[in-house]
Amino acid sequence: MQLALFIIFGALAVAGALNLLLQRHPINSALSLVVVMMSLAVLYWSLGAEFLAAAQVIVYSGAIMVLFVFVIMLLNAGEEERTTGSRAAYIAGFPGAAAIFCLLSFVFLSERHALGLANIGGHLDSGINNIAEISRVLFTKLLLPFEVTSILILVAILGAVVLARKEEQ
Amino acid sequence: MPAQVPTAYYLVLAAILFSIGVGSFLIKRNIITIFMSIELMLNAVNLTFVAFAHQWHQISGQIFVFFVMVVAAAEAAVGLAIIISIFRTRQTLNVDQIDLMKL
Repeated sequence: MQLALFIIFGALAVAGALNLLLQRHPINSALSLVVVMMSLAVLYWSLGAEFLAAAQVIVYSGAIMVLFVFVIMLLNAGEEERTTGSRAAYIAGFPGAAAIFCLLSFVFLSERHALGLANIGGHLDSGINNIAEISRVLFTKLLLPFEVTSILILVAILGAVVLARKEEQ
Repeated sequence: MPAQVPTAYYLVLAAILFSIGVGSFLIKRNIITIFMSIELMLNAVNLTFVAFAHQWHQISGQIFVFFVMVVAAAEAAVGLAIIISIFRTRQTLNVDQIDLMKL
């Protein structure tokens, strides 16, 4: 069950990411990013993080991607023209990305047995659920950082309004 | 006996998504798509946090992902506002033509 879920939604996430890379119209890239985020939500759920799965759907694919699609439509963004890109990207960027991938995969796969197996639902069968666990830590031990993030959001809203406002002559 | 998945496979999937994000950050020329590939990289890192939180039976990884989501939402709002004001002054979304601060 978990293997089937992992294969289906992992393949869907990788296919969506590759489609983001290959599509030339921004709206197609945005919609394939929604596919990636929805399949990641299923993977979070299979790892026992139900709250994060719901937050991923609501915040990422619900709010952030709608904002992206709004901006794409507002600016009437057309197909991008392919240019050669910068030389630094070819010399340092792509070998660097490939090296990161190879290093991470090598480390993770060689430590496969130490990392163990993932059970569907995880440690949720202990009688207390995920949301209760998260909120207990968030509202007691981490109350100050939680309040600070609300100020961060407020500042971000104000900044977005100021930046996107039309300048009056 | 349900088939189980090694945690390492989730981490390798996150590494694949992160590398695709880095690659499309370098290839893409549209500033909105570049911004979307940054979101893809953030999501890949979130997947490793959740996988390790599952592995070590700790809730702190999931709380870290929650804060990353909050910061990503704030970043998306401000970043898209900056993109709108760039488009208003320069009439283009191509990063090759937005090179005022390039050496």
